[in-house]
Amino acid sequence: MHNLAFDIAHLLAGGLVLISFMMLYQDRLYALLNIFAVHAVVLALSVAWQAFIQNAPHLYVTAVIALVFKAIIIPVALHRIVKQLGIHRDIETAVGIGPTMLAGMGLVALSMVLMLRVTGAADPLAREDLAFALSVVLLGLLVMVTRRNAVSQVVGFMSLENGLVLAATGAKGMPLVVEISVAFSILIAFIVIGVFLFRIRERFDTVDVGALDEFRGERR
Amino acid sequence: MNAASDAVAWILLIPICAAAVLAALPGYRLTAGLNILASFSTFLAALSLLVIARPQPGQYLLVDDLNIVFIVLNTFVGLTTSVFSASYIAHELETGRLTPRYLRFYHAMYQVMMFGMNLAFVSNNIGLMWVAIEIATLTTVLMVGIYRTHAALEAAWKYFILGSVGIALALFGTILVYMAALPVTGEGQDAMVWTVLVSRAAAFDPALLNVAFIFLLLGYGTKVGLAPLHAWLPDAHAEGPTPISAVLSGLLLNVALYAVLRFKILLAANPDAISPGPLMVTMGLTSLLFAAFMLYRRRDIKRLFAYSSIEHMGIIVFAFGMGGPLANFAGLLHMVMHSLTKSGIFYAVGHIAQVKGTQRIANIRGLTETHPALGWGLVTGVVAIAGLPPLGIFMSEFLIVSSTFARQPLLAIPLVFGLLLAFGALVLRLTSLAFGEPRGSAAPAEASYLPMFAHFALVLTAGIYLPGPLVVWFQHVANLLG
Repeated sequence: MHNLAFDIAHLLAGGLVLISFMMLYQDRLYALLNIFAVHAVVLALSVAWQAFIQNAPHLYVTAVIALVFKAIIIPVALHRIVKQLGIHRDIETAVGIGPTMLAGMGLVALSMVLMLRVTGAADPLAREDLAFALSVVLLGLLVMVTRRNAVSQVVGFMSLENGLVLAATGAKGMPLVVEISVAFSILIAFIVIGVFLFRIRERFDTVDVGALDEFRGERR
Repeated sequence: MNAASDAVAWILLIPICAAAVLAALPGYRLTAGLNILASFSTFLAALSLLVIARPQPGQYLLVDDLNIVFIVLNTFVGLTTSVFSASYIAHELETGRLTPRYLRFYHAMYQVMMFGMNLAFVSNNIGLMWVAIEIATLTTVLMVGIYRTHAALEAAWKYFILGSVGIALALFGTILVYMAALPVTGEGQDAMVWTVLVSRAAAFDPALLNVAFIFLLLGYGTKVGLAPLHAWLPDAHAEGPTPISAVLSGLLLNVALYAVLRFKILLAANPDAISPGPLMVTMGLTSLLFAAFMLYRRRDIKRLFAYSSIEHMGIIVFAFGMGGPLANFAGLLHMVMHSLTKSGIFYAVGHIAQVKGTQRIANIRGLTETHPALGWGLVTGVVAIAGLPPLGIFMSEFLIVSSTFARQPLLAIPLVFGLLLAFGALVLRLTSLAFGEPRGSAAPAEASYLPMFAHFALVLTAGIYLPGPLVVWFQHVANLLG
């Protein structure tokens, strides 16, 4: 039973890393949002599985939040925003897909080497979870760096937070405070983002962050 | 005992209740007054912590010698900024840059931000501290973007993205600390309580703790504004309302610094972990030198002082990185002096920019002739921030430089070089701002001078005479910091 538990947890966390990779090469906003929804679903499954094997019912709450909020509400809302703004065509990636994928592989290798080396003493499940979580965090960062569109940067940021939730639930018995806070902060972050997107559209008629760079103070 | 926990509760309850009330109330006069009243009562509650017995550290809250310095400083600058903000906002309403609806939002956010910062200081739980810092960050993001101009939105967006990435890295670091504590303290609450962590840190896995600290330093370091993670700071300072620039520089940077210090103490409690000193010294020196060079090319007055904040945070982190009683003492003193001086400068700059209708340095000249009080106030502030005697910053910088010379003479060379470079840039800008042929509007300023001069008076007093009990206390805290 233990081995099966371990394998499934491993499978789900690994799946999350794989889906993070899929985000790297999406060049359309709708596709990116769909992949993000899948990411959130896998996260919810992974958290629920952790809740089951750790016998920690409060983690189910986190799983439900991930499922309802991140897999359904946010992607739907972002879909609508994208539609309203009429920016559902190509995403301008700042870096080509090839180099991005290579960089992604490098980051995953880095996080494996780093985390597996320093967590030798920890419980094997927790340490692999942590290594996967760091990979997801770094890949999320990479998405943010390689995109210039504000919506896709937000998606990158949310996939990064998914990695954090994975790490927090993988750490056995981490107090509830933190889970709630993570979910809560995502909520706030989303409100902030919503406000910003709204305002950005109002003023610029574009959400390309590159266009915002024109208004740098030093060049006035 | 009971009174003490009450005082801690008041520090948190007053701002959060005030925020709820201010969000609902219309009218400028009433809300600005209430904002001052709330900040004043929070300050009184913080002061009362100095005299009454401290509560026992609980699972969530803690008051000790280290954080009380931060709390009193935080609530004091919060109070003076609310006074400054009242007169600043009146002008913004007149010119129509802020509408009454946004004013309500502004005051509510101001108090939520104070709540977040106070909570970060008193929390004894590393998870709770993270949440508090996140609250403070998000509220300042909203306030930076409040003018809704192109530049303000870009600044807020950049601040939001970089701040969130920083805070995400810090959370990862926090989780790693929990993982390191897990085998020693067992599952559950205890593994996140700072006092428990410190008392048992010696048994933690050093490798995990090292990695955790690097994440925490990068994460919270972004919020401190350390180069190369500082990119959000000048924009956020320049584009938001000036009271927010004052609290960003004077307070929010300190909150993040405080978090770094807490984890530094934790790391120092484990004999096998890496020493955090060299990392902090490197980041501090990089920020100092980088900001000193950048000071020369600034054309925007608020941006100029934002870079000066990066410079000073670099000096402070450098001092804490050096460690030892003297350098820690100097770092602590420098932090207090910088908060007071920099927010005082921003009070002056806020009124200057309003009177002149511009933030461009080239369009502001001869302030001492057209607006003597503001002009000489700015001169005092810049003289103080540049580190000239007899003001407080001279003393703390002198202590930092001399202790560095005594222990690592080679490190003192870039340090002194950076200080002189920054000094040159500031004096260069000051002469054109304060003296010469007046340029721009000479209309009289409706300013409140009290907060500005109160800060400078404190800085001057500290430079000439530091009261004995304060010195003893700071020495004690410096020893705590290791």
